[in-house]
This record gives sequence, C-alpha cells and structure tokens, in this order.
Amino acid sequence: MSTSMPSPAVAESPFAYPDAVLSVRDLWVEYRAYRGMVQAVRGVSFDLRKGESLALIGESGSGKTTLSLALIRLLTRSALVRRGTMTYRRRDGKEISVLSLSPDELRRFRWKECAMVFQSALNSLNPVLKVWDQMYDTIKVHEPMSKQEARERALERLRLVQLDAERVLNSYPHELSGGMRQRVLLAMALLLNPQILLLDEPTTALDILTQRSIIDLLRRLKETLGFSTIFISHDLSLAAELADRVATIYAGQVVEIGEVRATFYRPCHPYTLGLMRAVPSLTASDSEMTSIPGSPPDLIDLPPGCKFQPRCGYATEQCTASQPELYAVGPHHGAACFNWQVLSREHEDAGKP
Amino acid sequence: MTALLEFDRVGRRFTTPRGPIKAVDDVSFSVFPGDVICLVGESGCGKTTTGKMVTGLVRPTSGRVLFEGRDIWAMPEREFKTYRKAVQIVHQDPYASLNPVHTVYQTLSAPLLHHKLAHGREEAMTQIVRLLQIVELTPPQDFLEKYPHQLSGGQRQRVSVARALTLNPRLIVADEAVSMVDVSIRVSLLNMLLRLRSELGVTFIFITHDLGVAKHFAAGGRIGVMYLGRIVELQPATQLIHSPLHPYTKALLAAVPEADPDLTRNKERVKLRSLEIPSLLHLPSGCTFHPRCPLYENGLCDVERPELAAVGEQRAVACHVVARELGQATTEGSSVAAGSLREGGVAR
Repeated sequence: MSTSMPSPAVAESPFAYPDAVLSVRDLWVEYRAYRGMVQAVRGVSFDLRKGESLALIGESGSGKTTLSLALIRLLTRSALVRRGTMTYRRRDGKEISVLSLSPDELRRFRWKECAMVFQSALNSLNPVLKVWDQMYDTIKVHEPMSKQEARERALERLRLVQLDAERVLNSYPHELSGGMRQRVLLAMALLLNPQILLLDEPTTALDILTQRSIIDLLRRLKETLGFSTIFISHDLSLAAELADRVATIYAGQVVEIGEVRATFYRPCHPYTLGLMRAVPSLTASDSEMTSIPGSPPDLIDLPPGCKFQPRCGYATEQCTASQPELYAVGPHHGAACFNWQVLSREHEDAGKP
Repeated sequence: MTALLEFDRVGRRFTTPRGPIKAVDDVSFSVFPGDVICLVGESGCGKTTTGKMVTGLVRPTSGRVLFEGRDIWAMPEREFKTYRKAVQIVHQDPYASLNPVHTVYQTLSAPLLHHKLAHGREEAMTQIVRLLQIVELTPPQDFLEKYPHQLSGGQRQRVSVARALTLNPRLIVADEAVSMVDVSIRVSLLNMLLRLRSELGVTFIFITHDLGVAKHFAAGGRIGVMYLGRIVELQPATQLIHSPLHPYTKALLAAVPEADPDLTRNKERVKLRSLEIPSLLHLPSGCTFHPRCPLYENGLCDVERPELAAVGEQRAVACHVVARELGQATTEGSSVAAGSLREGGVAR
C-alpha cells in the first residue's frame, strides 16, 4: 500500500502511545448544509492502542458517528475532511495514511484491516440474501479462496460468536432474533481478521439479557483475537463495562480522554461529570441525579470559547474568551477545561482516591 | 378504599398471520390514588398492551378493567367518557405522537375546547400558559406558535405531557416516555414527571425497559416485572431492586450494566439455562420461564403454571420454588390469590 509518513504530532501529544495501531491527529470534518457548514468533527486527536478498546461517549449530535465513519472513509459526499491525518500501522509495521488511500487500496483496508459494525443490525443485513451469501460476498471480494474454504471460514466465525453455525448460515436475516443478527454482524466483521473493529452502538435496541450476552461475547472475542475496538455509545454503562479508555466527545471535540477508572472516578471535564450524574444507578443508594441544563450547541453556529460553556456550572469569563486545549490532568488523562483543578479538588473532598 | 384502577385477570389475544398469541395473560393488579407503579420487562412482554388496556385504547379479550370499581367496558357511554378523560397516556416517541402540522397551541387547545373545559380562545390560552409552565416550557409565549419540528426531543416530550395534563387526569400512563431522549435531558424529564406526582397528585403507571429509571421513578411505589404477558413479580420498588424474588428479575438485575467500572465488572451473574426468548406463538408449558430458569424443577415447573401469589407484606411472586421456600420460612400460606394483593395498596 501507499505512503508511510512521519507524523511529528505523535511525538508532541501527551496522549500518544508507542503501540498505537491508529493515530488520529487534528481531524476536522464538515458537512455542507443549507444554512452553512456543519462542523461535526473539530480537531480530534487520539491514539488507539493495540488490543485496547476505546469508547467514544457523548450525546446524539456530538459527532461520534461522523468520527467513526471518517475513520473508515465512509463519509457521505456532502462531508468534507477539512484537515488532519490518520495513520494506521499494519501488522507488518508499515504505516499507512488512511486519508490518502486510493479507491483500490481503500477496499483492501476495509474489512481486512478495519471493519465496522453498524448501529441497526436489521438494516445492515440484506433481507433477501441468506447469511451465507452475504458472508461469501465479503470473502470473495477481499480474499480469493475456494468456496469450500470460504464456507469453513464462515462457519468457524459463526461458531466463534456462539451461534448454531450450520443453521444460521442457511437462514435469512428475518429468521434470526435481534441478538442473533448482532452476532452475525460481528462474525462478518471478523471474517477477514481485522486489526480494528468499529462498533456503533453495538447493544442499543437489544433487550437486557441479550445485551449482556453481547457484552460478554465482545469481551471474550477481544481477549482471544486481540483486535482493537473503538465503540460508540451514548450509554455510559457500556463504556464502564467494556472500555479500557474512554473519550468524551462534545460538539465534535474530544473534551476528555483517559483510562476508564480515571474517567469514571475522577472526571475532570464538567460535561463528563454531568453525563455520569445523569445516569440512574441501580445498586447505589439513592444518589442525586441531575441533568445537564440546556441542549447541545448548533454545530453551524458555535458559541465562542469553550463549546460547553453555555451549559456549564463551572464556567468563568475565561471560558467565553478562549477555547481550552486538552490539558494533562493525570497520567494519560486529558481534559479540555480551564477549571479542571476545581473538579479535581471536589473529587478529593468527596474522598475518592 | 376503592382502587382507582383495577385489572381483574385481564388478558388480550391477538390474531397474527402465523396464529393467535396472548400478548397479555391473566394480569391482575390495582392502583390506588397517588400510587405509582412501574411495569418493566423486555420487548414483547406485554407491557405496552397493558398500558393501552389501562387507557381503554385496547379492549381486553378476557377479564375486566375496573375504574373506581366499575367495569369500563360495561359502562354507559357518558361514564366511559368521564373515565377516558381521567386516564391519559404519554407515548414513547414524541416525533410520532405530535401532529407535525399543528402548533403547540393547537395541540393543547383541541382537547380543552372539545371537552368544553375552556370556552373560547382566551380561556384556552390561560390554561395552556399554565400547562406549559407546569411542564417547564418557559416562557410559554415562546412555545405557543412553534411546530413540533422546531422543538428538541425533550421539549416535544414535555408538550406530550402537557397534552396529557389538559383534561386534569387522575391517572397517567407513561409508556417509555423518557427512552427516546438523550441521557443528559432524561433526568430533568423524569424529575418533572415526579413533580407532577407530588404536586398535582397524579397517579402514574410508568412503563419502561430500564430498571434504573424504574427504580428512580417508582421510589415509594411498586415495580412489576413482566415476562411473556404475565406479571411474574410485584414488589415495592426498593425491595424489588435489593431483594428480588423471581429468578427472572434476578437475572435482569444481574445483567444490567452500570456506569461504574469496578462495580459492573464484578457483578455476580445469574446463569440462565437458555438465552432464547420463547416465541409467543409457542409458549412453553407450565411456567413460561421454565426453559431458561436456573431453579427449574422437572415435573413441577413444566407442568403447573404458577400464579402470582403473595409471599408476605406487599410482595408477590409467580414461582413455585421461591413461593415454597418463602412459604416455609414465613409459615404463611403461599397460595394467596390476587385478592390480598389488591388489599395491599402501597407504602406511601
């Protein structure tokens, strides 16, 4: 494949990791709309480490789906990648610039290097094709092998996601339950052994017990196959379950990124804190639940300074005047807030380690 | 005290192209004025159909729905109208449940004018302004002439709630009323509904698939867990969360992920014997949960259907094994029919 590129940004960022399989730097994505440009992704930088699972959390309209589509170059035509680099490291160590792949290279990159599982399991399967036909199509295009070999690969993958492989292979999507369809999609995504798996709301719309089985399955698969995952969710509890690291997205920016325990127990951005306080807890004694006032900003006409400032209880004059950058607030923990120390002190007062 | 609303062995069959199904089967419970009861369960458990039968939108195929002790489907029409006014529903999807070509004013004035609770535009306006204040859409003038598409999801749902309030209802059924809005806004919507409960004394039947939400909303009230058309457990909310009785409830509680990494990763799991939810077309014999149940006893659970039976103060469970064990422990009769449940009321 093509151009390997030295990325000076990697060395500079405090959140860069030497074992990254994917490095995103200063990525900007916009959509053309009637009223102007929708700034969906605004200067996002992060590393995805080998074998880790990174959760992108945020409300609807925060830009998390756009970000993931940009990673696999599936943006619609009205979208424009204004700036940024995405560097992918292949298993053989070769570096690839994802944004400059030719259509042919891109086809090889998808599925084999990076696969995606979309939000709605029913809509992303072709209703008039049997599971086998859909799996064979995928294999055929990406990795030439005999039909018999392909069939064995498909069966093996279906067994991996704990399905009755023979039966499912000969089924139409409508013959499968929601949980089974989600497993089929996972099996398909893993057909060509990708290094990176993108999951968009992998358990939304599934019932509690099915959701639990998918969560447990994802954890097991990650352990046995060692791929890296980026998963998008508005559900914080899913991040708490599955993520090694969590990135909070607000108005198209990463406003906080850190290891899962640090982010959950010592959030240093008021938005992350707000999200945590908005989730009803089941076992904890009646904790005070509060919502975040206001609503997410208009991505065409953004407020000045920090984009969260109009909804933030910690906002000061500085926040309207300028935009905070991602500060190092702990080991491998960054937060884009001028007042992160205030939040940090509050955690200490609350007696959390 | 007469119950505000009572379900007496209510069932509802539907005919589908592939055969008849029982969406709701033999459900009994009562709701007293000021109560709150949350119905939780997975999709297809019959919770929405139950809600629709409470509001008289769906007619049961067996059993009786009683409003203040009177069978709503045997009432004279005038009385039925009074009942209809007293029981309102807030639907799940505020994008679908509001008429897109009606302004907020039109949506809210229609029921007021139709039921002659307001005479003329001016009177309607005064009431609507008050309603919008109740649902915290302030200043009301900013919202009166807005169309649904100009409102956010949370705001739309508030309009739906305001519409449900127009006729001063005594009972509101909220069917997944907060499920479609974002996390950050969900809490304020929930708290607003809770305020209606305490300030206006509205009785609530709250339907949700989210146990966390149920626990928060039903605090001080009860939670009923539904499985394949039946209530399998009914308990005061905190008790249900902290000491669930039915193996299905236990499995649900153990499966719910929580927003606390240490806690959620170390939660004790309940192993089910099967993950597949049986089809409503071919319900298992005996207890419908038996093919999945960890407490399954051959020759009992697959043969005899357990009734929802009281197992102590305000606790009821439909499980042979649990009822037997608790029955022995408390030396109370285990086969008390729904009657004593009806008397039970709720701790307030």
